[in-house]
Amino acid sequence: MSKEVTISSTATVLKAENITAYYKLLAGDVRALEDVTFSLASGEIFGIAGESGCGKSTLAATLSTVMLPPLKLIGGKLFTDDGRSIFELRERTLRREIRGKYLALIPQSAMNCLNPTKKIKDLIFDAVKAHDPRKPKMEILKIAMEQFAEIGLPPRALQSYFFELSGGMKQRSVIAISSLLNPKVLIADEPTVALDVSTQKAVLDLLVRLRNKGIVQSMILITHDIAVLRQIADRIMVMYAGMVVEIGPTEDVVFKPLHPYTEALISTVIVPEPDIKKKVLTGIPGAPPNLMNPPPGCRFHPRCKFAMSKCKEEVPPLVTTNGRTVRCWNYAE
Amino acid sequence: MTEQVILETQNLTKVYYSGFVRKTSVMAVDGVSFNLNKGEIISLVGESGSGKTTVARIILKLLRPTAGKILYQGKDISLLRKRQALTEYWRHVQGIFQDPYAPFNLFYKVDRVFDIIFNLFAESFSKEEKKKMIDASLMMVDLNPEDVLGKYPHQLSGGQRQRILVARSLIVNPEILVADEPTSMIDASTRVDVLKVFLNLRDKQGLSIIFITHDVGLAYYISDRMLVMQKGKIVEEGRVEEVITNPKNEYTQKLLSAIPTLTKKWESTEKNETG
Repeated sequence: MSKEVTISSTATVLKAENITAYYKLLAGDVRALEDVTFSLASGEIFGIAGESGCGKSTLAATLSTVMLPPLKLIGGKLFTDDGRSIFELRERTLRREIRGKYLALIPQSAMNCLNPTKKIKDLIFDAVKAHDPRKPKMEILKIAMEQFAEIGLPPRALQSYFFELSGGMKQRSVIAISSLLNPKVLIADEPTVALDVSTQKAVLDLLVRLRNKGIVQSMILITHDIAVLRQIADRIMVMYAGMVVEIGPTEDVVFKPLHPYTEALISTVIVPEPDIKKKVLTGIPGAPPNLMNPPPGCRFHPRCKFAMSKCKEEVPPLVTTNGRTVRCWNYAE
Repeated sequence: MTEQVILETQNLTKVYYSGFVRKTSVMAVDGVSFNLNKGEIISLVGESGSGKTTVARIILKLLRPTAGKILYQGKDISLLRKRQALTEYWRHVQGIFQDPYAPFNLFYKVDRVFDIIFNLFAESFSKEEKKKMIDASLMMVDLNPEDVLGKYPHQLSGGQRQRILVARSLIVNPEILVADEPTSMIDASTRVDVLKVFLNLRDKQGLSIIFITHDVGLAYYISDRMLVMQKGKIVEEGRVEEVITNPKNEYTQKLLSAIPTLTKKWESTEKNETG
């Protein structure tokens, strides 16, 4: 059923083309993102998976236009649904119209970086006033109350300080604040890391509810846990060493992975299901490359068991067939 | 397999007190009793705050229990106080912790982490003997000594560092390893190597391992028996297959239903509400 949602809605809310971003350091460039291309359809939950250091969080920062030095955009374009190129907009327009309203980001471990001297409602005033300085506080509070009720958080959370809330409640409040301006795209970077499984489930349920109620149109969910994406994502993009290696519908990626890296990554998932104990887990030999000096050609070739001589020389192109995209010489001609 | 109990805890209890004027207390561990057999991996599973780490620290004698006994090979060791007796105990029971980064000083080569472990021995060793022991234990954790020795910490992956720390514990030839969330900071692709080391140690060395984790899937994969903790108490105990397929306790059932898996989808998510 989820597949139908993706296919029937052809409207694209966000389109990324060949995004390349480096960390400019004295010692050289860390090539954290290279040639990232994807499009986000209206109404879908788009999952991004990969190990630490594969560029997931750098991509989140780049997409939400908060590239702080040393991170620098080298090339690529990002388009809104009405065709505006986000990276070419002025800072003033970005602040007024894009950040928070069009694209909202929930940064990694945001819930641990909140000001303990402010109540949640104060943070909400700040967030709303940055976009609409003349809005009266009472009105903002009313909107916030409605939003909190809508997503099933008690209104008393608004009157509390962050340290008074439990981990799950904190994260859900952060999500509520991020989605207050009804952004079209919500980018959640590891929203469930460091949460217990039962609270993790509550947070994921909330994210799905946000999409289903139309509070946010589409969502990008970044996580290292493929089992989480399997539960709620419509499509999955797998990244390795700063590059997109595979994009496809969740079921296809999980059960019939194309790229050798995706296959290896999925085989390392350990879940409490009866047949996992019989399975001999192999892992992936070697370690991810240093992105200051990535291997030539396909960045996965030193760890890939299907590597050919071509893989060592040329970077394979992203090839799309039947709704599935993969970057591997085994599938490219 | 003959079931020989190597470690037994009886009614282990730990209360943390805090505050000065208005004293408050937290019952971190509440009457925990279990056995560990020789050559067996048991796992303590629970959410954060359930008291798993406190149990580990008590067994490792890093923390004094408020009440209860720990019997190691029949001897009560909860009363050990003297340094000498403790080092003797630590030759038998070793710990591995969550963070594979913290024990390394990033200005020195990784070889340095091995220095302190030799203090546990009553006898002293020559440099060559030490080198030989280090090499042998690195081999046991599937590391090639030439690959890792002489390197700096940042040159190694999280999985390699964690295996070095396991190798360090193995130098004293312990009977029991207490591993407290050893893989939670390691990437999926290298995590498997660390898990394999634990399984190998059980099968080849007959080591007994207490594996502490919040990840039920991991506990299921690695251990023979599973103890589920909630609020300081053990609420369910049994063979892993039994606990996973047929959980008796309500809390265990709830915990299992909240775990995302690959083949099954949650029923309660509102995914299909609009579709």
